[in-house]
Amino acid sequence: MKPFTYEKVTDPRAAGAAVSRSGAKFISGGTNLLDLMKLEIEQPTHLVDISRLPLKHIEDLPDGGVRIGAQAANSEVAADPRVRARYPVLAEAILSGASGQLRNKASIGGNLVQRTRCAYFYDTAAPCNKRTPGTGCAALQGVNRIHAILGASDACIATHPSDMAVAMSALEAQIELLEPKQSTRRVAINDFYGPPGSAPHIETVLRPGEMITAVILPPPPPGRQRYRKVRDRVSYEFALVSVAVIVATDRETINAARVAFGALAYKPWRAIDAEAVLKGRPATLNTYQAAADAAMRSAVGRGHNDFKIELAKRTLCRTLADAVQMSIGRRS
Amino acid sequence: MNTSTNSAAEAVSRITLTVNGQPRELELDTRTSLLDALREYLHLTGTKKGCDHGQCGACTVLINGRRINSCLTLAVMHDHDDVVTIEGLSTPKALHPLQAAFIERDAFQCGYCTPGQICSAVGMLSEAKAGWPSHATADVSSGQIALSHAEIRERMSGNICRCAAYPNIVAAIRDVAEGVSR
Repeated sequence: MKPFTYEKVTDPRAAGAAVSRSGAKFISGGTNLLDLMKLEIEQPTHLVDISRLPLKHIEDLPDGGVRIGAQAANSEVAADPRVRARYPVLAEAILSGASGQLRNKASIGGNLVQRTRCAYFYDTAAPCNKRTPGTGCAALQGVNRIHAILGASDACIATHPSDMAVAMSALEAQIELLEPKQSTRRVAINDFYGPPGSAPHIETVLRPGEMITAVILPPPPPGRQRYRKVRDRVSYEFALVSVAVIVATDRETINAARVAFGALAYKPWRAIDAEAVLKGRPATLNTYQAAADAAMRSAVGRGHNDFKIELAKRTLCRTLADAVQMSIGRRS
Repeated sequence: MNTSTNSAAEAVSRITLTVNGQPRELELDTRTSLLDALREYLHLTGTKKGCDHGQCGACTVLINGRRINSCLTLAVMHDHDDVVTIEGLSTPKALHPLQAAFIERDAFQCGYCTPGQICSAVGMLSEAKAGWPSHATADVSSGQIALSHAEIRERMSGNICRCAAYPNIVAAIRDVAEGVSR
């Protein structure tokens, strides 16, 4: 690991100034950043510790939503009674990721900006436009089984690894940001991540010195929520495909649906086309399959990951069926 | 080496950790992981270094009562925190119930992962007692947690045992969870 200097900030307004020096980076839980620093993929010369900022609270909002402080631990959010009762898809998504130890340390803000687990991003001997811009992408012709099938470019086919963010995408979460000049702004999670294009090293709309202070969950939409994660091991593994769904039914008809996929793109992938297909249709396998086809219409396999297209379709159908069954079952 | 404009002095930090109930003062290179601080500076070698990347759980300790991977955090980030390692679980006269259960159930072979398994289990049992759900919990909105085999296996998945003593590890933890004294 390269040497660095360290400071802890206790006032959110001081964080932006502290991180504005050259080579500086925020550190929160550190579970991703320190791993990358050990491998010298990240080489900050100054760390600004924001983990002790008073940004850990989970609060009810007057509109029925919830505000989650960016420094809250993943485990505390998943265990929060309000989150479990009103946003179970978020609790399920968080609990499907990492391990108990990591969830106790990793923060909500850090989870959003964690880096890809592409093996070529980690392999400093391999070309990688995300790690070292302009060097190329080893995954294109390499072992790309875990890579993106949606939204990728010829410069990068890495995926965003978060489970949590997938549920937040379906819940239409807003990310609250504090700029160094002390003004705050909110960005919808579905606008927070930028496509790789020709500059995959730029991953989010975060401006220099800007810090995530909270995630705002709007009041939960009507319907049953479900997160399903498909992976090579039953636990402690990243997704090959995951999906968050929220489905409201009236008798056997779908009134409204939200669908977001994980592990398929550079961001949690909200499937608006699939939602449009589901709305107003009977809750049957034919409808689910039509929605799945719509969701994967622009999907492109890169060889080893071709299977993800069919897997994503089947995972969506199965998860929709589960959510509808929960919805109908609960009413009777 | 360090080409930044910062002086070398700034890359060293002085901290106080409470380790197994004792305040310990340390002067450390900022790069020092909590794991290395425990092992190399405080000579508490019960906590093991396995992968050093948060993948194996051998380095699990309790910080302010919560289990974490000590390899994936910096010691300087834990000034004034309360750290409990495997050395702090027992008294000279009595093993911790999980230590006794691991012996009783023969829950290890080489033993390298065992301190991490036991510290993790201590943290896990208090999480379950607090009603925290897991990926194995059918309904996350339910406040009641029954520590079935599936729940224990899921909750302990951050601790790898290369000897695959898993059946006996789960049995040992279940004995303690159910208050079985053998």
